[in-house]
Amino acid sequence: MCGIVGLFLKNPALEPKLGELMTGMLATMCDRGPDSAGFAVYGKGDAAHVKLTLRAASSDYDFGALAGRLSSALGAPIGVALHGTHAVLTLPCELEQKARAAIADEPEDIKIVGAGTRMELYKEVGRPDAVAERFKLSEMAGSHGIAHTRMATESAVTTNGAHPFSTGRDQCLVHNGSLSNHNSLRRAMSHSGIKFETENDTEVAAGYLTWRMQEGASLGEALKESLEDLDGFYTFVVGTENGFGVLRDPIACKPAILAETDDYVAFGSEYRALASLPGIEKAKVWEPEPATVYFWERPA
Amino acid sequence: MKVVDLDVTPLRQLNRMLHDQKGAADTDMWRIVNPRGLHAIAAGVDAPLTIEIDGNVGYYCAGMNQLAKITINGSAGTGVAENMMSGRVHVKGDASQSAGATGCGGLLVIDGNASARCGISNRGIDIVVKGNVGHMSGFMAQAGTLVVLGDAGEALGDSIYEARLFVRGSVKSLGADCIEKALADTHKAQLRALLDASGVGSEIDVNEFKRYGSARQLYNFKIDNLEAYG
Repeated sequence: MCGIVGLFLKNPALEPKLGELMTGMLATMCDRGPDSAGFAVYGKGDAAHVKLTLRAASSDYDFGALAGRLSSALGAPIGVALHGTHAVLTLPCELEQKARAAIADEPEDIKIVGAGTRMELYKEVGRPDAVAERFKLSEMAGSHGIAHTRMATESAVTTNGAHPFSTGRDQCLVHNGSLSNHNSLRRAMSHSGIKFETENDTEVAAGYLTWRMQEGASLGEALKESLEDLDGFYTFVVGTENGFGVLRDPIACKPAILAETDDYVAFGSEYRALASLPGIEKAKVWEPEPATVYFWERPA
Repeated sequence: MKVVDLDVTPLRQLNRMLHDQKGAADTDMWRIVNPRGLHAIAAGVDAPLTIEIDGNVGYYCAGMNQLAKITINGSAGTGVAENMMSGRVHVKGDASQSAGATGCGGLLVIDGNASARCGISNRGIDIVVKGNVGHMSGFMAQAGTLVVLGDAGEALGDSIYEARLFVRGSVKSLGADCIEKALADTHKAQLRALLDASGVGSEIDVNEFKRYGSARQLYNFKIDNLEAYG
């Protein structure tokens, strides 16, 4: 089944409340996907710095000490925000490759799950409302975010199998549905140098978008091309640095509802997810058409 | 008039109260507020009640309805009035997919658009959609009617049996074994009666519609059609 919510704020006055609004939306989708959850939030950032979201295997891993070691090794101050098993490091862009190499050399298994100017990405197994509480989603601010509740079908219930999947800098993807040709696509893209960590079908969709964009396609073009190349059923929601997009497969098996007011655009797998948003009674509410790319972007 | 606030009354309790009206002859008015997209609101009603729901509803609203007149002052999720037996369901907004699916009787009126698979497996319900319908509408429809004032999506009436489809706008494509048929006076009279019952005035002329139905080549086994049965 799986549940998706997304919120794109048009009114900056709502930005401090982004996480709180998303928490309410995510909680309604617990019963569509009770086994794991994840979300990406687009918060503050500047072009000179990159934010790396890191994940450790254990919740008592000392990210503060890691940031200290990196700071000494790279000779620059490194910001660190702790979120349980995750942490967001902020460092000057030119030091990113060195930082990645240093993190790879750490004795513990530390994964870099997302990178970008503004994107932070969190995911865990567990009931979605508990996952949101663990990461304190309700206290996060930002311009937009997407979230996912997972009911696993194609691969195991693991943190790696939870969504969102990062598709590139400041880009991520969540998916409701299942793909039937993910094994052959994974093989084909592996030859083009795209790396995969799981047997998960959505990771293949994320890799597909990354691959198309590496070949020069825009995100919109990559989504359109996916209609030809991905076999299966899906509703995708993608996040980018300045916007978010929605695509349903041509058969449109998987549910989707959009709502728009002067203040926001919101996505939900069901209307229930939107019912708690301010002014929803007066919102334009509609079902996105099959095989149609929807995209909203704010000025950079 | 009874007013039930779903912010206060649990949904199951509301549906139980409605089910308890079974067999009652009275035509009480019920008003349901704060539906907030909940699923299966007023499903399984079997009494001649008049029910108004103020707001957007989730899946299967008014499913299996018998006798009741149910109005949704908002949009409806998947499967509104699915398997309806009799009565009338009126959606003032849009309906999601599978509206009126497998319905046996009664009238479903949708003021806005209905998405994919509207009237799928129709067994006798009359459905009037004032906007457009999505792909695969009228799939395997056996009886009843689907009236569309706007346009129809791909594969209209695929594998249709004996349901009647009337479309005023364009049809993106017809499904297997669905063909255009002549609009005879009896069809026009039937169409006019359905439009009248749906609150559509004489400004909509029945002559603007085209009728679609089964070519009857697929649903009796023919060896020549073996590939189409796939």
